[in-house]
Amino acid sequence: MKKNELCSEVTGSVWKIKKQVGDEILEGDIVMILESMKMEIPVIAEEPGTLIELKVSEEDTVAEGQIVAIVESK
Amino acid sequence: MILNKVLVANRGAVAARVLRALNEMSISSVAVYSEADAGAPYLAYASETYCIGASPAKESYLNQDRIFKVLQESNADAIHPGYGFLSENFGFASGVVALDKVFIGPSPKWIEAMGHKTKARKLARQYGLPVGQGSEVLPPDQVKVAAAARKIGYPVLVKPVAGGGGIGMLPAYDEAQLFEVVERARSMAERGFSNPEVYLEKLQERPRHIEIQILGDQYGSVRHLYERDCSIQRRHQKVIEEAGAPGIDREVIDSVADDVTRVMGEMQYDNIGTVEMLMGEDQSFAFLEMNTRLQVEHGVTEEVTGVDLVQSQILLAAGARMDEVLPKVISIEGHAIQARVYAEDPKRFFPSPGKLTIFRPPTNKNIRVETGYAQGRDVTPFYDPMIAKVIAHENTREQAILSLKEALKEFEIEGVKNNIPALLQVLDSSEFKGGKIHTNSLSEIMAKNNN
Repeated sequence: MKKNELCSEVTGSVWKIKKQVGDEILEGDIVMILESMKMEIPVIAEEPGTLIELKVSEEDTVAEGQIVAIVESK
Repeated sequence: MILNKVLVANRGAVAARVLRALNEMSISSVAVYSEADAGAPYLAYASETYCIGASPAKESYLNQDRIFKVLQESNADAIHPGYGFLSENFGFASGVVALDKVFIGPSPKWIEAMGHKTKARKLARQYGLPVGQGSEVLPPDQVKVAAAARKIGYPVLVKPVAGGGGIGMLPAYDEAQLFEVVERARSMAERGFSNPEVYLEKLQERPRHIEIQILGDQYGSVRHLYERDCSIQRRHQKVIEEAGAPGIDREVIDSVADDVTRVMGEMQYDNIGTVEMLMGEDQSFAFLEMNTRLQVEHGVTEEVTGVDLVQSQILLAAGARMDEVLPKVISIEGHAIQARVYAEDPKRFFPSPGKLTIFRPPTNKNIRVETGYAQGRDVTPFYDPMIAKVIAHENTREQAILSLKEALKEFEIEGVKNNIPALLQVLDSSEFKGGKIHTNSLSEIMAKNNN
């Protein structure tokens, strides 16, 4: 079991969360969409697994490098 | 009519630019600001300032009720909407007129006519302008969407009818992608413009973006102020703009500008506007859209023509006649290039908000800098990432490229990432120097340099 931390690449806010805790995640899936400076920035899973934790809610502000979700892979 | 006081319903570089024009014209000014922009340097140029709400744009710069309240309270005669935000909002412009105030822009009917892209394309076609291949507003039925795309031929570009700033413009290269792309574009359009309608255009892979600057008065007179080339773009948003357009025969481009002027005259278009066209490799032009407002890149036209577009726009909105506003003969003197400095990383162009711990624009007097920022200010995630425009005007294009490069190298910015390294790569490229540019040049130059 390996825990992959998904980070925000920008300072901004959480626009839409697309996956819920417990969801199976495929490589390349968009877990959530952030927004900064009029641009939508997807947070993409780089490895498949199960979403075990969401660290933010919609409309929360996030900082660059902040962990926003954790995916556990086998 | 004489305007005594004008409210500037915008922020940043354009608010600073319009306030400067108002001061030069000895017209009192009213500036509005969101909480994030409290203390912004340009607010000091205004006669009066009002906070209009919280930092998110929909609570401040898009908050019409609040802005109308300030308009009444301050007893201003007119509103200058700048660009972006409410500048092309039919309801807003109509609201200003309904309050018996002057909207510094065209009559609201032109905002409505040009604001809906498929209707604008139809109008342009009716008046005899060449228009590129495209569909009507896409219906919900997928079979009909697929048929519309097949009729145009892949690749197609899905575009919001109410769009702007490149938001929600997405390419589809085959039918397998089409429906998902249309859905995504509809969702972005709904969110960005409160209208989910999208349509299709033929995706041209390497067109040039050429636009014609127009001014009209309220008595049927329309004139053009030549063209700009705005082909250097990322995410369908302009990054480097110049006047005039390199490598096009003067006769060819002047005849396009004359056609556009004739059409705008027949329509009796009545203030500032820009007709955007795509130019193919065979130098054929096709109408893309019309912007019914001042453009971000207006400065390059001002530099080469010597005409102050903001002051002209204000005078024309107040009812001045064309011959009172513009000189009899307008010509292009030299060459001007503008680079937009964005707070974003220079490789992937991701936004980079933060505090400007160092912000020292170039000091050369021949370089024009337009900005709404100063050292110590925060660049917040709430608005567009543009933090400055740097404009060089010289006798030749070659000299303008050199001056702009020097100015950008001199520009010191710390605290946010910025795109100056990418701007310099473009200005240094053989493609740009040779004037062989198109709307994919920026990504091609970056890809070549980073491999």
